Amino acid sequence: MTVAVGDVIAEKTYEISRDSLVHYAGASGDFNPIHYRDDIAQSVGLDGVLAHGMLTMGIAVQPVVEWLGTRGTITDYQVRFTRPVPVGPAGNAAITVVAKVGVVDDEGLRIDLTVTFDGATVLGKAQVRVALAAA
Amino acid sequence: MNPELQGREFPPTEPYLVGREKVREFAAAVFSTSPLNFDYHAAVAAGYADVVAPPTFAVVVQERTLTQLLSLPEAGIDFSRVVHGDQRFSYTRPIVAGDELTARLTVSSVKSLGGHSMVTADSVITDSTGAHVVTAISTLVVRGDE
Repeated sequence: MTVAVGDVIAEKTYEISRDSLVHYAGASGDFNPIHYRDDIAQSVGLDGVLAHGMLTMGIAVQPVVEWLGTRGTITDYQVRFTRPVPVGPAGNAAITVVAKVGVVDDEGLRIDLTVTFDGATVLGKAQVRVALAAA
Repeated sequence: MNPELQGREFPPTEPYLVGREKVREFAAAVFSTSPLNFDYHAAVAAGYADVVAPPTFAVVVQERTLTQLLSLPEAGIDFSRVVHGDQRFSYTRPIVAGDELTARLTVSSVKSLGGHSMVTADSVITDSTGAHVVTAISTLVVRGDE
């Protein structure tokens, strides 16, 4: 696999609906009601329901997982939650992930993720370290 | 928040047995398309004992340690004011179905910043042999009175 710093290895858009949040709540065990009930979200000063930060983080790494396949493993993954993703009762929130090679070194690659919703980035310093399997 | 929390270590959580269907359910919930997450035979062909969990699955086990921290009365953390600031996972290997995982939390840092508090918690997750699998690091922001 030959990649260079600056290469975009994947770009993908995901449509998140209220159903997606309920599904993630059940799968992860995170039943904080601000992720499925507008009235409770509003009672703590939000405009409405927000996606789980961990759902956004979980989705954002998927283009790297797909690209990597069985050619290597992820050794480190970090994000900063900089902006929430509101998800209305109807319609979808579209999240776009661009995965670009940030570093190539002896340990493998650092893939930098740019994750945007509605034209603004929602994750900061979103970085995936990848170790490539020996050829 | 109680600044004396810094350095506090919590007892290990009860073992969490990673189920194959739980891995598939979680993988579907994070929009995974990876055969390694869903297909037992694909995972075995790639050298794993069973289906492989997505990278962020470790949060399910970490959550049990964060509950210990957030429910500690002397921590003085109002859950309704907690916002997730940062998250990091450092892996020795991927989690696979059949793993029995235990997590041990240490509070690595407590800081105050402009009326808000920030607590960083490191959860070290090990398997039934005691070998390291992944360390999950969360920074939680507790909003001050407004």
